[in-house]
Amino acid sequence: MEFSRRDTLAMGLGAAVVTVLPFRVSAAADDKIAEFTGGAEMSDGGITLTAPEIAENGNTVPISVEAPGATAILVLAMGNPTPGVATFNFGPMAGSQSASTRIRLAGTQDVVAVAKLADGSFAKASSTVKVTIGGCGG
Amino acid sequence: MTKPMGKTLTAIALAAVAFGTVASADESASLVVNGDIEMVTRTAAPAHLSDSLDEVISGWVFRSDETQELQMDDFDNPGMIFVDQALEQWEMVEGTKDKSCASCHGDVEESMAGVRAVYPKWNDSQEKVYTMAMQINDCREMGMGADKWKYTGGKMAAMEALISVQSRGMPVNVAIDGPAEATWEMGKELYYTRTGQLELSCANCHEDNYGNMIRADHLSQGQINGFPTYRLKNAKLNTVHARFKGCVRDTRAETFKPGSDDFVALELYVASRGNGLSVEGPSVRN
Amino acid sequence: MASGVKPRVKVPKTAAAGDVVTIKSLISHKMESGQRKDKEGNLIPRSIINRFTVEFNGQSVLDMTMEPAISTNPYVQFEAKVPEAGEFVFTWYDDDGSVYDTKKKIKIA
Repeated sequence: MEFSRRDTLAMGLGAAVVTVLPFRVSAAADDKIAEFTGGAEMSDGGITLTAPEIAENGNTVPISVEAPGATAILVLAMGNPTPGVATFNFGPMAGSQSASTRIRLAGTQDVVAVAKLADGSFAKASSTVKVTIGGCGG
Repeated sequence: MTKPMGKTLTAIALAAVAFGTVASADESASLVVNGDIEMVTRTAAPAHLSDSLDEVISGWVFRSDETQELQMDDFDNPGMIFVDQALEQWEMVEGTKDKSCASCHGDVEESMAGVRAVYPKWNDSQEKVYTMAMQINDCREMGMGADKWKYTGGKMAAMEALISVQSRGMPVNVAIDGPAEATWEMGKELYYTRTGQLELSCANCHEDNYGNMIRADHLSQGQINGFPTYRLKNAKLNTVHARFKGCVRDTRAETFKPGSDDFVALELYVASRGNGLSVEGPSVRN
Repeated sequence: MASGVKPRVKVPKTAAAGDVVTIKSLISHKMESGQRKDKEGNLIPRSIINRFTVEFNGQSVLDMTMEPAISTNPYVQFEAKVPEAGEFVFTWYDDDGSVYDTKKKIKIA
């Protein structure tokens, strides 16, 4: 039998487009961002968030953030019951302002990272992660 | 015009290279653990399967890039946490005979090398096919005078993982002839028997439809060379019989009991379908 | 102290002075989110590692706040500067007040 992961990915994406639901975004997420930025504007550049397009299981989703020169990066899962994920504060001995971890996502949603850059300004990156449910047992 | 043309050509070349890399990563990614242990994740099907399959494929191949990567380095593989715990257990003196595993078996790396690859196997003195879990509990009960572990429990799964690690990269090679043959036939019968309200046999999903999607899940061949396996779903090690139970339950049937003769036979048969694939346990799956 | 908690880190044994090294860390911990219910329908109280810090020779590399959305057995990978030989100190803070730590020395080769 022939199969390819590209086919699979295409199927998965197709299914996701058809069944896409409005994301839950809690006001708590906006509050968290406001608390971190003090309400300042956020630019688009200067921060990279890497997350899978499709996660095989929402229990363990690998993500990475990087924002050269940043002093801190806030990570939020906008559709979780509580949106907070982590805040990375980089010290003087940090070799780069980057980190990877594994997170829980309650369902398909946007993951958001906000960096406080060296000049005191803020930058934001966002990535949609589609969380699949299991085959038969779920 | 020379310069732009040069750039275009470079871009095309880069695109070709990038595409090639992606394609090979997707379809023929190879599993090397710690940059050292080369795993056979696809190989010619064993002779007894020649009528049904050409190739046997490890469950690792069917997983996403992110899940695959978790198994490529022992530090990244959460299953190794339990291997560490079992290593402490290996030295732990228990039971009325004041013995540990190490009291009889010494260094686990030496004594257990190759063991996972040949289980389940015929036990001469007990005159039946033994799984590793049965052997571990015999050791505990008779050798140590200690309580048996739950067949699919955490301590059992961890000990199986520790023993499995000593055979990683070796080909699965369970014997299906001789005294084990009758049990193997029984397992084969079960594999092809439809169960439950959904009337599904193991073969309906894992032989007829591997590579297809069952809802959002990519169906594998249901190989067990990677067991015990750390599942992202429940963030712990899962034993073969616990997985069998889950599968049968999902056909909406009353399941067999872990450790039952039925599941022992099924384990022998399913293991034999992976003869030639590498022992991977503890693997990482979704 | 939560049961079965064991910190582990992967740090190179040596580096050249001024190198940036990659460090991996993992602590076995359930990270009970406070969102789950038990069989009787009662909420299982939150019990997580809420902070993870890394210092090199007394200076901060990383100070991370963790929330319940961090997966079971928290895993963090990051980079550190190694201007001189010294010692990394890794500390995890549990909701229940427990503090777990581990140290790793690095030499200049």
